[in-house]
Amino acid sequence: MPAPPNELETFPDGWGHRHLLDLERLSPDEIRLLLDTAARFKHATDGCRRKLSVLTGRTIVNLFFENSTRTRTSFSLAARRLGADVVDFTASSSSLSKGESFIDTARNLEAMGVDAVVVRHATPGTPHLLAQQLGVGVINAGDGPHEHPTQGLLDIFSIREHRGDLTGATVGLVGDIAHSRTARSNLWGLVKLGAKVILCGPPTLVSPRWREVGVEVSHDLDAIIPRCDVLNLLRIQFERQNTRPFPSVREYAHLYAMTRDRLKRAKRDLLILAPGPINRGVEVTAEVADCPQSLILDQVTNGLAVRMGVLWLVCGGRGGESAAVPRSHSRVV
Amino acid sequence: MATLLIRGGRVIDPAQGIDGVNDVLVRDGLVVAVGPEGSQAIGRADETIDAAGLVVCPGLVDMHVHLREPGREEDETIETGTRAALAGGFTSVACIPNTEPPIDTQSTVEFIHQKASRADNCNVFVVGCVSRDREGRELADIGQLVEAGAVAFSDDGAPVYDAELMRRALEYCRMFDKPILAHEEVLELSRGGVMHEGLVSLLLGLTGMPAAAEEVMIGRDIALAEVTGGRLHVMHVSTAGGVALIRAAKARGARVTAEACPHHFTLTDECLRGFDSNFKMSPPLRTAEDVEAIVTGLADGTLDCIATDHAPHAREKKMLELDRAPFGILGLETAVGLSVTRLVNTGRIGWPRLVEALSTLPARILGLNRGTLQPGAVADITLIDPALTWQVDVERFRSKSVNSPFHGWTLTGRAVVTIVGGRVKYRLHAS
Repeated sequence: MPAPPNELETFPDGWGHRHLLDLERLSPDEIRLLLDTAARFKHATDGCRRKLSVLTGRTIVNLFFENSTRTRTSFSLAARRLGADVVDFTASSSSLSKGESFIDTARNLEAMGVDAVVVRHATPGTPHLLAQQLGVGVINAGDGPHEHPTQGLLDIFSIREHRGDLTGATVGLVGDIAHSRTARSNLWGLVKLGAKVILCGPPTLVSPRWREVGVEVSHDLDAIIPRCDVLNLLRIQFERQNTRPFPSVREYAHLYAMTRDRLKRAKRDLLILAPGPINRGVEVTAEVADCPQSLILDQVTNGLAVRMGVLWLVCGGRGGESAAVPRSHSRVV
Repeated sequence: MATLLIRGGRVIDPAQGIDGVNDVLVRDGLVVAVGPEGSQAIGRADETIDAAGLVVCPGLVDMHVHLREPGREEDETIETGTRAALAGGFTSVACIPNTEPPIDTQSTVEFIHQKASRADNCNVFVVGCVSRDREGRELADIGQLVEAGAVAFSDDGAPVYDAELMRRALEYCRMFDKPILAHEEVLELSRGGVMHEGLVSLLLGLTGMPAAAEEVMIGRDIALAEVTGGRLHVMHVSTAGGVALIRAAKARGARVTAEACPHHFTLTDECLRGFDSNFKMSPPLRTAEDVEAIVTGLADGTLDCIATDHAPHAREKKMLELDRAPFGILGLETAVGLSVTRLVNTGRIGWPRLVEALSTLPARILGLNRGTLQPGAVADITLIDPALTWQVDVERFRSKSVNSPFHGWTLTGRAVVTIVGGRVKYRLHAS
């Protein structure tokens, strides 16, 4: 359980990765370790409010090829709370608009001597390609609809804070599963920790093939609500859809919005999460978003704890004297 | 008179039903005779190649090659592409007209012929555009292109989208007895896609291209071929459903032929898990069941031939994010090795069928006077070492590009001598 601040001197044995790219390829123990580390930092920073100096001298770059406010801010704050320097690099202000490739952009930043790269990109796999090319740690802050591991971890962290062990818990992920990186990261983390996962939404957004990885698929929210201990309401990603996968927002909300009426049929201790930004009235009504069972604001605070832990692990648990020396590049893929 | 004797190889010529140890005598660029050592027709020669232990077959024909010239010389040129062809054992390639400008005029066909003649590597047969400017609106001047030497017609890179235009093309080409080579894809269904739509694309969050996108279009074009009596050749068949449609059409007597690419009988969509753009091509890598159907289709003749869809892209173009990187994979220099390793050495097809798929049938489909070692035939001959095990090294490719996911693979079977018009144009280790 949460350790006193001086225990942050001890780097955990179970972490052997240089990057955090996805949760699919992590073991249950590694996911527990990430969550436990987050808990240690939440405790050590007095609920993510106090500053530490465990990453003093380190430089973290936020390399965002896709717009984001909350995730970037959360990573920046987390890094600063640990004493690291933070550089923000966004695609709009960069040479990408001049035609530079993402690999060249990242290599340039690496050559300037950064210790870890937090990357967001609209294309799945881009953090993985960067990890092959760069000599520094890469943290995936969302790669298209693929994964968003820190979001998955913070959702699970928030659930765990309220109910302890996840084994046997039934978690419904509702909405735009097809285009949701949050859904994929949640799914892997939850399944590995022994939770039962139900994906719920229209067939155009929830493929029956998800059953092949051991989760339940439902198209009927009303049918699954009474069985769920947790509902995670995912945003409709209008920007990622070729053609709209349902007739109208009104019809979608009619079938899948979490309303007060639906809440009445849920377990009394149902927990409600939404990874935000939420479309009030589409995935969830305002009264449900603000109800006592809603963990939406806990999620934001816990995001800091998770990201502090991840940055600390990826930086090897130490501050640095000077900037890291870039390693020689491996062969271009 | 220059004579060349190829001695003691396993001569396979499906067109004549020959498969046995024989000598081949070549004079003045033509095959004179095939026969056992010492037979009457085989005399002395100026030059002799010892082919003991080698397969000797009619020169290989790749009916689906993107030479990129004119317009994309940073990816490949006629000179480099034809050198790559020779190194792969191909004595003839058919070049696909999605160049810039596209091959839709007599002068562009002439340009290709001149460049190929200057390169003096393998034969280059020109595929002309179905539609003017490859825009899919009206027919190109097909009759004039035939006069200039075009052997088939295709808008490959894209489907002929307008069903009526496709119908007219099939109908019009009947008077020249030329096939339409069709890229089959319903674009609305594959829009934004980078890989096969299936479990892997679902897990990776990558936009998928469903098998149905290919199969719906194959179905349409078979119906149009049947209604017009035109000759349809389905390019790069990649799905089990596509194979089934073609099998049924052939059983009904439709004038349909088809090809499969080595990557489609070797790799699956699982390869995309590493997000490497060298695995990105169109049609995409499908599932293990599809691979099995392609192999079965090649074995039973539903899929007539093997073609590579050799699609070079300069290094920097493939170094992009998966959705921005172009579709395409090199094929010429790995086709024989992959075919021998995946089809012959696994016992799925025999050598005669392999030679048929790589030479006899593509030549027949395109109406070329190639693909056989009959007396009087042009002496395009490939010698393959069926037991040679080698490692693929893209840095040693003759192609100008390196976009092959097979780098580092160990393959068995490789062309060791490639003879075009009676002249040895390529010798492994001698170049």
